[in-house]
Amino acid sequence: MSEATASVEDATAEHTGPPPGRGVWQTLRRRPLFWACVVVLTLLGLVAAVPSWFAGWFGQPDPRVCDLSSSAQAPSAEHVFGTDLQGCDVWANVIFGTRNSLSVGLLSTAVALAVALVVGTLAGYRGGWADRLISRLTDVFLGFPFLLGAVVVLTSVGSRSPVSVSMVLALFSWPTMARLVRSSVRSVRGAEYVDAARAMGLSTARIVRRYVLPNAIGPVLAVATISVGSVIVAESTLTFLGLGLRAPSISWGLQLSSAQSYFQTAPHMLVFPSIFLTVTVLAMITLGDILRDTLDPRGR
Amino acid sequence: MTAAQAVTRRLAELVLVFLGVMFIIYVMVFTLPGDPIMALGGDRPLPENVVAELRSRYHLDEPVWKQYLYYLQGLAQGDLGTNFSGQPVADRLAARWPVTIALALTAWGIELVIGVGLGLYAGLRRGRVGDRVVLAGTILAASVPVFVVAVSAQLVFGVQLGWFPVAGTTQGWPTAYLLPAACIAVFGLASIARLMRGSVIDTMSSDFVRTLWAKGLTRRQVVGVHVTRNSAIPVLTYLAIDLGYLLGGTVIIEGIFNLPGVGQLLFQAIRAHEGPTVVGVSTALIIVFLVANLVVDLLHTALDPRIRHE
Repeated sequence: MSEATASVEDATAEHTGPPPGRGVWQTLRRRPLFWACVVVLTLLGLVAAVPSWFAGWFGQPDPRVCDLSSSAQAPSAEHVFGTDLQGCDVWANVIFGTRNSLSVGLLSTAVALAVALVVGTLAGYRGGWADRLISRLTDVFLGFPFLLGAVVVLTSVGSRSPVSVSMVLALFSWPTMARLVRSSVRSVRGAEYVDAARAMGLSTARIVRRYVLPNAIGPVLAVATISVGSVIVAESTLTFLGLGLRAPSISWGLQLSSAQSYFQTAPHMLVFPSIFLTVTVLAMITLGDILRDTLDPRGR
Repeated sequence: MTAAQAVTRRLAELVLVFLGVMFIIYVMVFTLPGDPIMALGGDRPLPENVVAELRSRYHLDEPVWKQYLYYLQGLAQGDLGTNFSGQPVADRLAARWPVTIALALTAWGIELVIGVGLGLYAGLRRGRVGDRVVLAGTILAASVPVFVVAVSAQLVFGVQLGWFPVAGTTQGWPTAYLLPAACIAVFGLASIARLMRGSVIDTMSSDFVRTLWAKGLTRRQVVGVHVTRNSAIPVLTYLAIDLGYLLGGTVIIEGIFNLPGVGQLLFQAIRAHEGPTVVGVSTALIIVFLVANLVVDLLHTALDPRIRHE
């Protein structure tokens, strides 16, 4: 690229005012609910990254040290969240379970988002046969009810690691996002600054990366945030059904699954993992909601 | 485009989606690595001619696309496969539909009545306390997994308060169905309430509503007749999408509340690792979902004539 075009580019950037990201940040910064979500999610991120910092707070740091003689005991000074059926400390298990639940949510959404961005941009920017092919493909995947689709695939997939479960969930969550990317890319494609960039002879890859994507990515980011929450719920539901992770993995879904049969005598085994699960999902969905409100100009 | 053309086109699209969905299920389940015929023999290899006979009986010696056609042919004749003990899956399903249909319809009814009501209430009070409470409530309802709702409701309303039966269908409709249906409905109810709220806010600021006020209609006439009816159209579309969620929900709810429906069959088959039953039942539920979507789409066109001429 020659210097002349580069300076023209800078000039056009100056004329369009601050990039759209800055206005969004100004609005977000003033919302207390946004900060509440950020704090909760940062904490959970820390718990997932270094569970050993948190597990030992109440004197039972190891989720795998279990004493069968103290099976399904109600919360006490020794075990603040009580013990589960195997006599393991519920608090330590909840803390160590955070990593699996969060990583399935994040990994699955990241893969789905990446696929959606590539495929959606291709469909929206190229149009033509690529668009038709991709639109029909998303139609087919949207024909699956999310949970039932995952049930069919997971029944036939032998290995159940966090990675394989994430991939199956990603398989059914990319189409919604791809459609969203497609429609926002299409609305940006005809903008004057994109025409201008094309007229200057910039390569397609550069136009897409610098002008189209930054202006089209907002809505899908909000939906992706919400999707992290829904994927975490889906993982725990599948695990609850017996199709997700399996012991000896530690996850909230597994804890809930084993607690279900004993909820009449030992409800604490069910309550504490549920609270963690609900708070995580609540924070994700609320954050996504706030982002969507802020990014959608009609809502401002 | 005339209505007939629109319907034909919609039908053609549905057939495409249907073939695609079935192809994906087929590929996922039937063409994964592993040789079922070789596995039959265990440690001792089967004789050459037996293997050849079995392969040709199950069409395994033919190309994948042909096998897929045989599979579709079977589906068209109501063949959902057989389970490990040789029972056709379709037979086991037949007796179970009424329970699932009753459960899903009850849940749909609860969603529709309470969801539309809450949405209308919140939309008319935009920004006030009532609106905020409804909004916060819907976010909370959308974040709690359905099995947590179900198990907690079972504990509180079934065991401790004794208002509803804890499990089973012995008390018949509606007593035995209300609590399970309410548990499935929680999620959809939240979405419908939010959708309705947004739609009411849009409708209230539209020109025709201003005209109605100017004509001197009472609040009851404007809101009760015109705003409610016009705001409910997006909700109708959502009901079709929601059916997929409902059918997934019945798997968990029927399992937990021990209702002998299609979902419970799937729930038990998953736990017993009965692959063929899982696939057969899921396929049946997915077909129901696709057909329901078509029906709602057609209804939608009838209710809102603008959609026909897009």
